[in-house]
Amino acid sequence: MLEPLVFYTLAVLIVALGILVITARSAVHSVLFLVGDFLLIAALYVTLNAEFLAVIQIMVYAGGIVVLYLFVVMLVSLKHAPELHADSRRLGVIGMVLALVVLVELVAIAYVSSTRSAGATVTRAVQSFPVGVQGGNTEELGWVLYTDYLIPFELVSMLLLVAMVGAIVLAKRSL
Amino acid sequence: MLEITPLHYTLLSASLFMVGVIGVLVRRNIIIIFMSIELILNAVNINLVALAHQFGNLSGQVFAVFIIAVAAAEAAVGLGILLAFYRNKESVNIDEMTIMRW
Repeated sequence: MLEPLVFYTLAVLIVALGILVITARSAVHSVLFLVGDFLLIAALYVTLNAEFLAVIQIMVYAGGIVVLYLFVVMLVSLKHAPELHADSRRLGVIGMVLALVVLVELVAIAYVSSTRSAGATVTRAVQSFPVGVQGGNTEELGWVLYTDYLIPFELVSMLLLVAMVGAIVLAKRSL
Repeated sequence: MLEITPLHYTLLSASLFMVGVIGVLVRRNIIIIFMSIELILNAVNINLVALAHQFGNLSGQVFAVFIIAVAAAEAAVGLGILLAFYRNKESVNIDEMTIMRW
């Protein structure tokens, strides 16, 4: 009884905050709604037994990326925000229509895939990660990350290094 | 209705994805467009984590970790580009990014 209640509450709040993010007039408000959205998604991860990912979500997204966005919002003068001048709303309508088409497509895919594999493993509610293991989800994830996915992990670290250098080069006034 | 299946998570993910897509297509402020991209990546992450939970396989969570790392890299580079653009044009309107358009 409790699980559906938690899920529906979180789902409604996540989508509502997402809508607020893209409809807010001021970019600062948008960033704040985005923080709320990330925290709620972290709560959703906790209900899915992904505690490590929830912590990473809070630390990297809500703590790191959003602060980066806030810095940029503060650096960029918002005196002449783009949407204040009148423009043809036609493009916006086209965007909405395209997004609705994407939504219909995604929902259709979800229904088809869930009915097709319903007899197999999908309806089996897996008590996935053994609770008795010392360290729990974090240790399990660490084992998988450092054995099966070692090379992708190293590649991601290289990617982060390259992105860091690239961001410095781009943002610097002159080298 | 009361049982929470992966379909519910998929539908939540699709809704959040659509919110992000609408943000990318409709808004003109490039900072908000970047935030919409973060929403899209989070929608994908919800999907991955829900299916990892369903199948008892941790690969989904590992991929979610990778997506978070790539999102951080994307945010850093994207905001660097944004700052360079703002320095040249004094604007964050995506309609004025027409130099490479033919």
